[in-house]
Amino acid sequence: MTLLAPAPDTALAAEAPRPPSRAARRGPLRRPGVLLAGGVVGLVVLAALAPGLLAHQDPLEIDLAASFDAPSLQHPFGTDQSGRDVYSRVVHGAGQSLTIGLGATAIGLLGALALGLTGGLGGRFADVAVTRVIEVLYAFPGILLALILIAVYGNSALTQMVAVGVASMPGYARMVRGQVLSVKGSLYVEAARSLGHSPLRILLRTILPNTFRPLTVLITLGIGQAIVWAAALGFLGMGVQPPTAEWGAMLNAGRNYIQQAWWMDFFPGITIVLFTLSLTVIGRHLQRATDSGAAR
Amino acid sequence: MTPPTSPTPLITAENLAIAFDGTPVVHDVSFTLRAGSCLGIVGESGSGKSVTARSLLGLNSSNATVTGTRLEVGDDPLTATDLLTATEEQFRRLRGSRIGYVLQDALVSLDPIRTVGAEIAEPLRLHGVPRAERPERVRELLAAAGVPEPELRARQLPGELSGGLRQRALIAAALALDPEILLADEPTTALDVTVQAEILALLEDNLSEGRAIILISHDLAVVERLADHVLVMREGRVVEQGPTREVLTRPQHPYTQRLIAAVPSAHSRGERLSAAPPQQILPDRTSQSERPVDVGPVLSVQGVSKSYRGPDGRDRTVVDDVSFDLHAGETLGIVGESGSGKSTTAWMSLALTRPTTGTVLLDGLPWSELPERTRRARRRGISVVHQDSLGSFDPRWTAGRIIADALPADVPRSDRARRVGELLDSVGLAPEHAARHPLSLSGGQRQRVSIARALATDPEILVLDEPVSALDVSIQAQVLDLLGDLQQALGTAYLFISHDLGVIHHISDRVLVMQGGRIVESGSADEVFFTPQHDYTRQLVDALPRPRLEESA
Repeated sequence: MTLLAPAPDTALAAEAPRPPSRAARRGPLRRPGVLLAGGVVGLVVLAALAPGLLAHQDPLEIDLAASFDAPSLQHPFGTDQSGRDVYSRVVHGAGQSLTIGLGATAIGLLGALALGLTGGLGGRFADVAVTRVIEVLYAFPGILLALILIAVYGNSALTQMVAVGVASMPGYARMVRGQVLSVKGSLYVEAARSLGHSPLRILLRTILPNTFRPLTVLITLGIGQAIVWAAALGFLGMGVQPPTAEWGAMLNAGRNYIQQAWWMDFFPGITIVLFTLSLTVIGRHLQRATDSGAAR
Repeated sequence: MTPPTSPTPLITAENLAIAFDGTPVVHDVSFTLRAGSCLGIVGESGSGKSVTARSLLGLNSSNATVTGTRLEVGDDPLTATDLLTATEEQFRRLRGSRIGYVLQDALVSLDPIRTVGAEIAEPLRLHGVPRAERPERVRELLAAAGVPEPELRARQLPGELSGGLRQRALIAAALALDPEILLADEPTTALDVTVQAEILALLEDNLSEGRAIILISHDLAVVERLADHVLVMREGRVVEQGPTREVLTRPQHPYTQRLIAAVPSAHSRGERLSAAPPQQILPDRTSQSERPVDVGPVLSVQGVSKSYRGPDGRDRTVVDDVSFDLHAGETLGIVGESGSGKSTTAWMSLALTRPTTGTVLLDGLPWSELPERTRRARRRGISVVHQDSLGSFDPRWTAGRIIADALPADVPRSDRARRVGELLDSVGLAPEHAARHPLSLSGGQRQRVSIARALATDPEILVLDEPVSALDVSIQAQVLDLLGDLQQALGTAYLFISHDLGVIHHISDRVLVMQGGRIVESGSADEVFFTPQHDYTRQLVDALPRPRLEESA
């Protein structure tokens, strides 16, 4: 008697492949929150690209007779101390804010890539050096860094952008470095090596794409963050100067009149909140989608 | 050994059914468990065996609904708990005090920042054992679970213990409140065979003390050693149940028969394990027949050692003076327990790790000593299949892209898709699988993709590092059969690494046994396993949970 009978001639059942997870099956259209967020972001982008389509009044046109008008049909968001239409200023400010947000993220990311890739790929000495630089940048309060830059280079949208970008750099750099190191040590890079691929090919086709993939999500979240920081600088009176329409600067201008004209702060403020919130919602959704789509 | 059994069962389950969010996953399961007896639940992943067991403890997630005609714990009708209507409070009282639960991976199941002693004292505290008595009880429990130096161990963290000791600590924790029933879910799966044998002996002691055990395992041999009764589950249904001896020697259901036939061992050498028909493989352009007739070994490992500098500054030798030859078309198995240096040996053979001393020759030419740049062109001669195939795939790529990436650069663009199709076909996958992402493939299919990728360079040598260890037994059988078919058609030499003696014996022509970085025994597979010379090999072979039935036959 033996435990091991000869193989019978019926085929063994195939394993069931794993069904996609619930989160992955629910596309963006099934999530009303994501849809709404997409709408908000779409409107802001439209406002930035073609403000004339959304607002017909000149954001800089002064009409002292109409100063401090409460929201009405004519001025849906009211007017400011010079009678300028707050609604068109919010719409026209989208371009400024978005440019600063995107530009700052791009600057932060480029610097971070230079630092992170050097650290992750450049060997032990480079890594130690990069880690120190990141730590020093981290230890510097972002707002102080911005103040120094503005003190040296003066008030402008560009300094505002660079200041926010540099402030966001260490965070990105640390993530790029960590991601490079984890991808570099992964079994699939080992597998590529064992196939005899050249280091350059492995770098370009395996390490870099897998380093950037998780970053796309962070970038979405980071743009919102950059816009908030830029607005904070604007509110402190640094960066873009009035009368140019910029959300942070508008908040600053409204601060003195908040008792009699709440709308001057409320509408730019709520726009910043809605826009960054929407970017966060979309970023989180992308994160969920990539997490369930490819866990590693 | 048949311990005395009480007339009334400790657990009665009748027509148990479990559904998640309304989707039934377990259907119509009935069993009884008596004191001093062991019920084995056998099945492959997804068979519902763990879900069934967890329903006894109320541990399934909140979207699970358990129904049935009867599900009771307790042999006294007055104190029995009806689990179908039990509240969370009732379950909490049941857990630990009446049913002790032993999980598979002790490192995950034990709190990493709590000492082992505190972990075991926790149920004592919850059930009102006075503080002063707890340390002494913890010491007794650890000692009873066969943990040496229990006072010391109680003060250590789980991470500081070996796998076997952790599993013992987990059993000690499960026994803290002296439950009548022990529920062990794959208690030995992550352990080396010698350690597994010790844990099974410990469970056996508990059984003879009159405790009842429910043992869940995918491993027929483990269940066979301990269980009086066995339940064979598949896709949430019991396909066969009865006395262990009867079920395993005269399986009635075709699934049980196939499951038993799929276990690789000495007896299955030269036979197919799965029922799948042999894979037809078209010899491709540069098949082995066109290669020059073999003169020497294709891979020659000569006295290699590898040591690493430990954090304390001292060198630790993980591979010590290992030598072997691998000839064209043969399978050389390396067997050993974790930490024996078998994977490091494979890595050095692949020239992915540089030996500290010694050298590796590929096709009689220098290999391990070459600079990587010169070596790269010859890498296509030796491929690797990893245990964790998913981890070895670029997470962005589909199966087709993964295989295409491995094709040599000289395969023209127009031919690449066709070659991928052929490779998929040769490992028994359909052309449609090329577009699939590995995450949507099953474990067996992923391992097939991994094999197809390894074959893409048309290598002479395939290094297989635990290629079937993560697979269910029936899928393992199919993959082992496929590897056999491929070797027959292509003449590829295999360096096959596994901790599983059955798998190694089944597939290997020659075997190396490694322990502590050294080769302690080598020879033909039958020689090594039937007439082991070295103590360690004998210990390994003896530790195998050998079916009692075979011995009586």
